[in-house]
Amino acid sequence: MTPRLASALVNGLLIGLTAVTLFPLLWMLSVSFMPAGAASTLPPPLFPETPTLANYRELFVRAGMVRWLMNSLLLAAAVTLCSLAFNTMAGYAFAKLKFAGRERLFRTLIGALVIPGQVAMMPLFLLLKQMGLVNTYGGVIVPAMAGIFGIYLVRQYARTIPDELLEAARVDGAGEFRIFLSVVVPLLRPVLASLAVFTFLACWNDFMWPLIVLTDEDLQTLPVALASLSREHVQDNEMMMAGSVVTVLPVLVLFLALQKHYIQGLLLGSVKG
Amino acid sequence: MTRRLLLGALLILLSACAPSPGDRQTIRFWVMGREGEVIEQLLPEFERRNPDIRVRVQQLPWTAAHEKLLTAFAGDTLPDLCQLGNTWLPEFAALNALADLGTRVATSRVVVAEDYFPGIWETNVIDGRLHGIPWYVDTRLLFYRSDLLKKAGFETPPRSWGEWEQALAAIQKAVGPTRYAILLPLNEFEPLLALGLQQDDPLLREEGRRGGFSSPGFRRALDFYARMFHNGWAPALGGAQISNVWTEFGRGYFSFYISGPWNIGEFKRRLPLERQGDWMTAPLPGPAGPGASIAGGSSLVIFRSSRHPEAAWRLVEYLSEPAVQIRFHEMTGNLPPRRTAWQDEQLAGDVYAKAFRDQLERVRPTPKVPEWERIVNEMQLAAEQVVRGGMDVEQATRALDRRVDAILEKRRWMLARGKRG
Amino acid sequence: MRLPAAAWAFVAPALLVVGVFFLLPVVAGLGLSLTDFDIYALAAFSNLRFVGFENYVRMLQTPLFWQALANTLYFVVVGVPLSIGASLGAALLLHSRLARFKPFFRTALFAPVVTTLVAVAVIWRYLFHTRYGVVNYALDQIGVDPVDWLGDPHWAMPTIILLAIWKNFGYNMVIFLASLQAIPEDLYEAARIDGASWFRQTVHITLPLLGPTLLMVGILTTAGYFQLFAEPYVMTQGGPLRSTVSVLYFMYEEGFKWWNFGAASAVAILLFGLIFAVTWLLIHLSKREVNP
Repeated sequence: MTPRLASALVNGLLIGLTAVTLFPLLWMLSVSFMPAGAASTLPPPLFPETPTLANYRELFVRAGMVRWLMNSLLLAAAVTLCSLAFNTMAGYAFAKLKFAGRERLFRTLIGALVIPGQVAMMPLFLLLKQMGLVNTYGGVIVPAMAGIFGIYLVRQYARTIPDELLEAARVDGAGEFRIFLSVVVPLLRPVLASLAVFTFLACWNDFMWPLIVLTDEDLQTLPVALASLSREHVQDNEMMMAGSVVTVLPVLVLFLALQKHYIQGLLLGSVKG
Repeated sequence: MTRRLLLGALLILLSACAPSPGDRQTIRFWVMGREGEVIEQLLPEFERRNPDIRVRVQQLPWTAAHEKLLTAFAGDTLPDLCQLGNTWLPEFAALNALADLGTRVATSRVVVAEDYFPGIWETNVIDGRLHGIPWYVDTRLLFYRSDLLKKAGFETPPRSWGEWEQALAAIQKAVGPTRYAILLPLNEFEPLLALGLQQDDPLLREEGRRGGFSSPGFRRALDFYARMFHNGWAPALGGAQISNVWTEFGRGYFSFYISGPWNIGEFKRRLPLERQGDWMTAPLPGPAGPGASIAGGSSLVIFRSSRHPEAAWRLVEYLSEPAVQIRFHEMTGNLPPRRTAWQDEQLAGDVYAKAFRDQLERVRPTPKVPEWERIVNEMQLAAEQVVRGGMDVEQATRALDRRVDAILEKRRWMLARGKRG
Repeated sequence: MRLPAAAWAFVAPALLVVGVFFLLPVVAGLGLSLTDFDIYALAAFSNLRFVGFENYVRMLQTPLFWQALANTLYFVVVGVPLSIGASLGAALLLHSRLARFKPFFRTALFAPVVTTLVAVAVIWRYLFHTRYGVVNYALDQIGVDPVDWLGDPHWAMPTIILLAIWKNFGYNMVIFLASLQAIPEDLYEAARIDGASWFRQTVHITLPLLGPTLLMVGILTTAGYFQLFAEPYVMTQGGPLRSTVSVLYFMYEEGFKWWNFGAASAVAILLFGLIFAVTWLLIHLSKREVNP
């Protein structure tokens, strides 16, 4: 095979693959601007003949999309902030602070990582019911305020912090919490960015738990509301695509903006430690 | 510092969902499916008459309504009042979640028990207590293509199973192998349930302690049901596989269809003009002469957990007023449960509604056990196995009874312990 | 000793959350699976009975559970190799020295990973619509009869598998890409001097060196695919003929539709056992592969 042909083949395959990958997303965007019923014709139109914002208007004005968007933003932001704080503190301590039983404790946590969350779901529901947190934002936020994976991620990264740096700060008489804030956190910034993007996306995209714990329509997140809308409005193709755009666009934009951190976090998390 | 800020933010978040106090009382009303879309139009009048009450409606999709309600019960987040399918009433009554409406009805000038169809009213009485007020009735009967029936040589719709089978066979012969005499979507349990309710044998034995599906009666019904498929009269399809029932009915893909009142409006709206004279409704044929059908429908219930039962009851009364029920019927096609409302000109003059009026005097309730929703799902799975999986009726009903007995095990234990009334 | 005290203060909040909201419920889940906790028990605690292993025994006698298990295994056995294959193929293409605009392609191919599953499941439902879907239209153009993708029991699961591959291949692709970049270039250099073709280089150098990554990716993907839920919930509601009910979907119905928490916990634990066993098997087999 000549190099020229090989190059054409490789790039041709890449272009084809990318086209197939992006097609559903582009199609979603295009259909979302079509007037009601326009997509259900043959041949299926690829571009709106008379572009309209009616579907978005319908969703935001009548269906309560604003509320769901705010819920999703609020929950994802709250979970990200809380878990970032808790996981960072714990991850750092597991990496750098010595205390009795540290290794065993950490091994136990890592061992628990293999347990799928569903085993905990039923008792967790009962627990949150006792605490009065079912059908409140707290029902989603509180159980997600810390996670083993996040602790692990931070610990992996924090191990690269030189001990001398911490010792020097201690000699200067700084308290542990002060050292954490002024020395450790700045050094951890890259992993924190990764963890933040990761957590935010995971929380935004989460479906099963919000579906279970948030029954009130006013508290629902975008994916749950979208799933429920799409069951009711099976025929309203175009409106559902607009709903999908609103659900997907924020995370896509966030990913494009912070792509580097996301990929780093992904790689850091999947390399065996 | 950061941490304190975070905790503060968290507390604000957690408290954001607490209800804020106000002068007016707000009642939460959960409504299902299409009803949820139109109910908003009826409420301004109510809020005008009751300026101290504000109604917040939440629409539940039918497919998720049952799980949503149970989740709300489990999470102590039930609304003040709710539309409830009357087959679900026993379940929520057993959970002690429903308010007893007996005394309210006794003093009400709007809700008059005698004015309601007795078969429907009865579904709301569980262990002697009234738990719901019928909102609309729903039963299943025959929709048919009168022109195709005539072409096959029948002037009137069948009244008994025997006549029905003759008609089905004749139509099938006339329309050929690419079309069918009847449509019975395999994911809908209602047709078979109606046939089962026509039998003298009860669907559950020993006061709902065990399954009664292997009784000769139910076997006869299942056999009749399965024969329609095996004879090639009905296609073995689920609902999702028929893209549009109305178009297909118009095209003559099938001639008989067992369905409910909402389809009167749908067929009027969706069938082309030249087809409008070609369809009609008829009461469901029984084993020998006109048969019974399901006493279905939705009731309005008030949950015991409601903090505004008085306001909720005012809304129930308002929605039960014959005039409001007629408006509701005009908007949804749902049939009113009160005889007074049926005297309305439009409803009384509707030729398609006539069969329903007739059928409503012959409806039977489904067994009042909390596990019914699950049992009826199992029943349809068994029917699907007979139709599609080639299992024989005797085998399938025996297996079904085994499963039903297992589902009812807890109920038997609780009854034996005497914890329930 | 001020250091240990500080250390405990650092780990305490996270440990508390993980302990109370994860580890404790897991242990409670084991206990719950030995009871007949249901909606009656939720209404009054006195309606709760200890039933030993009855939930498990009954589950293994329930045809629908076996069907859910078979559906899930189908999804895993077909979906995981295809997924990983797609990831590997895309990674090899991207890694090729001939590829251009690499950052663009990488981002584009990765995009589905970050999208919301529910939203893309909704898109998929319309793309694969029997009458108006683009897929059937395209098939029609090349003379293939329309397929009832989500209505036919034989096609519903393949449609869901296609969605899963599309949605997930970018994730493993990035991991493979990182591993590929870690392979020293001089190995290829030597092979090229020996006149080895691209194909032989791939088989004899690339794939063996990717071994550990492949194992890890295989394990993580398998564990993830066993937890199929949102796709059938949004696209088919478990149908047609229950052909897309997964074990997790079954657990959801048992637990949060019928509120049989005891039985649902038993299903969750059976699923956990299954994932654990398969993971162990994968590690074991790969060890034997390396040192026979």
